[in-house]
Amino acid sequence: MKRLLPRVLMAPAVLTLFLWMIVPLAMTLYFSFVNYNLNDPMPLFDRAFAGLENFEYFITDPDFWPAVWNTLLLIGSVIVITVVMGVLLALLVNEPFPGRGIVRVLLISPFFVMPAVNALLWKHMMMNPIYGVLADVWRVFGATPVDWLTDWPLLSVIIMVAWQWLPFACLIFITSLQSLDREQMEAARMDGATAPQRFFYLTIPHLGRPMAVVIMIEMIFLLSVFAEIAITTNGGPGNASTNLTYMIFKQSLMNFDVGVASAGALFAVILANIVAVFLIRIVGKNLD
Amino acid sequence: MKRFVKAGLVVALAAAGVAHAATELVIATVNNGHMIEMQKLTPIFEKANPDIKLKWVTLEEGTLRQRVTTDIATKGGQFDVMTIGLYEAPIWSKKGWLKPIATDAAYDVDDILPAIRSGLSLDGKLFAAPFYGESSMLMYRKDLADKLGIKMPDQPTWAQVRDFADKANDPKAGVYGMCLRGKPGWGDNMAFLTTLVNTHGGQWFDMQWKPQIDTKPWKDAITFYVDMMKKDGPPGASANSFNENLALFNEGKCAAWVDATIAASFISDPKQSKVADKVAFAQAPTASTPKGANWLWSWNLAIPASSSKDAAAQTFIKWATSKDYINLVAKETGWASVPTGTRKSTYANPEFQKAAKFAAAEKKAIDSANLTDSTLPKSPYIGVQYAAIPEFQAIGVAVGQQMSAALAGKVTVDQALKTSQTAAEREMKKGGYYK
Repeated sequence: MKRLLPRVLMAPAVLTLFLWMIVPLAMTLYFSFVNYNLNDPMPLFDRAFAGLENFEYFITDPDFWPAVWNTLLLIGSVIVITVVMGVLLALLVNEPFPGRGIVRVLLISPFFVMPAVNALLWKHMMMNPIYGVLADVWRVFGATPVDWLTDWPLLSVIIMVAWQWLPFACLIFITSLQSLDREQMEAARMDGATAPQRFFYLTIPHLGRPMAVVIMIEMIFLLSVFAEIAITTNGGPGNASTNLTYMIFKQSLMNFDVGVASAGALFAVILANIVAVFLIRIVGKNLD
Repeated sequence: MKRFVKAGLVVALAAAGVAHAATELVIATVNNGHMIEMQKLTPIFEKANPDIKLKWVTLEEGTLRQRVTTDIATKGGQFDVMTIGLYEAPIWSKKGWLKPIATDAAYDVDDILPAIRSGLSLDGKLFAAPFYGESSMLMYRKDLADKLGIKMPDQPTWAQVRDFADKANDPKAGVYGMCLRGKPGWGDNMAFLTTLVNTHGGQWFDMQWKPQIDTKPWKDAITFYVDMMKKDGPPGASANSFNENLALFNEGKCAAWVDATIAASFISDPKQSKVADKVAFAQAPTASTPKGANWLWSWNLAIPASSSKDAAAQTFIKWATSKDYINLVAKETGWASVPTGTRKSTYANPEFQKAAKFAAAEKKAIDSANLTDSTLPKSPYIGVQYAAIPEFQAIGVAVGQQMSAALAGKVTVDQALKTSQTAAEREMKKGGYYK
């Protein structure tokens, strides 16, 4: 009885959570096996069974492999940029200097900008080859402005996303640096350890756990980068900046092909799970 | 007992209240100037129809299309009135998703421009009422043409327009010879490019529904487009669509621009445009045939079959698409900003002719468009700058993506056309048009 009561009391919450997860997943699974185009839909149970056609169609899409590659490249690059720059900036603003408070606030503020606004800012204010700030800088040096979104579409998206996520990494690293044992550092210095030695043998190991956290969280969110691509490059030119999320969006809400989009969504779920397993195995160990 | 009586009274009163409450119409619409103006006039409609309340859901074009398509296809019933394009109207009315528009003598359905009316009708019945319509035309800088000694004909050829663009192109002075759409999308770059292909003698599908993208007219058209834009276009053209080009033109950075006629009212408005007094208009340029050289589009109001507020929706649509509404906008904001492209009476109005110097060119362009005969070889589809079949949505998106890549120099024109042809064949096979 003692064990039954809490179970009964918990049941509604568990059931709700279960339904919350299972219903959309079951629907996605069902849609991925039927022909279902919003422009030409059949009644719910009359839909033609498509077998594996939707999956085959999604994988053989000329955009599929570039999208997988772009997704991985985007995640990897943003993580490298944010972790490396995050550590360096955190070290910088951890030192006392006049106006440090203001610099810190400025440093973390991009994280509070909505992704769509972030994309608009970069597209129109920074990277526009005619009006953009970067174009003006290029002109000051007598160079022809770079047409960022055309010539370097994926790099542009990486820059935008990294700009947004750098404050997050930085914030975590600053917090961690503040808990670094000052006495230990001082002792190392007195024992004759050089600055690089102190950095590599004391600071970096100390930052191991926060790095694992940053990598894990960013990886989960970066799998679904969308607004930056939809607003700036539309996945192009061609498929140069199409990632899996954008490709699924294109199938479902531009082509209205729910069947193929659902098959694509299942791929994304599988990919996310592979990433999760990888994270638990490799990064998770760091957290023990 | 008393409490029961009281409670009963409250319920009865509430029920009576509900019975007399105004019908609330939920209207999905697109966020462009004419629709925003209509929202501002809501109080006037509600005053005249106290039993109807209007609730607006205003969305950007792409989002609107996603929301209304999802709603109507899944019988969601979120909207009582939907703003739909000329592309959706024939597909949806054929499926029985739309209720016919009930018209009366006062509405004067014969006043609607024939090209638009036929695109919205099925078996003689109107299934959506046009709110405003447009075609495409050439807009150019008269001052630059005069300076170069070029006299633009009323309907120039693309060779003539290119000659002007080449000569007017002066990037150092911040003026680019030609601004055209490059952003991928069937309603973005492909709207323009389809007209360019049409006028080069091309088409989307032959009579057996086989895609024709790897043919010579397509190659001629796209090569011409890419070459001209590389030489005379602004940097970043592959990301530009209507709004981006409008901003460039208004800033005085474009010598010529071929796009929607609706742009004419913006670029000739001194409040928005730095070159308002320097612009001139001509028909969309032609190449080997004038057929399909300029597009035809309208935004229309329709009632989904699932709506239970049919009567109120009919009343609203009749109001919003009537002659009286056009007069009302003229009274409130002036003749230059009335919704155009729908009624003959608007163009016949001398006040409108005086206020809108683009009126004649726009009317001529709309009248010359023919939805069922817009390509030199015979085509099985309806539409000038699109093909009104469900599969076109995906094909237009895929081809638009390739054309944008060709413009950006990421792939050659030949590669882009080949990939587009494969993508189109894939979709048509999936749609069951052939094995």
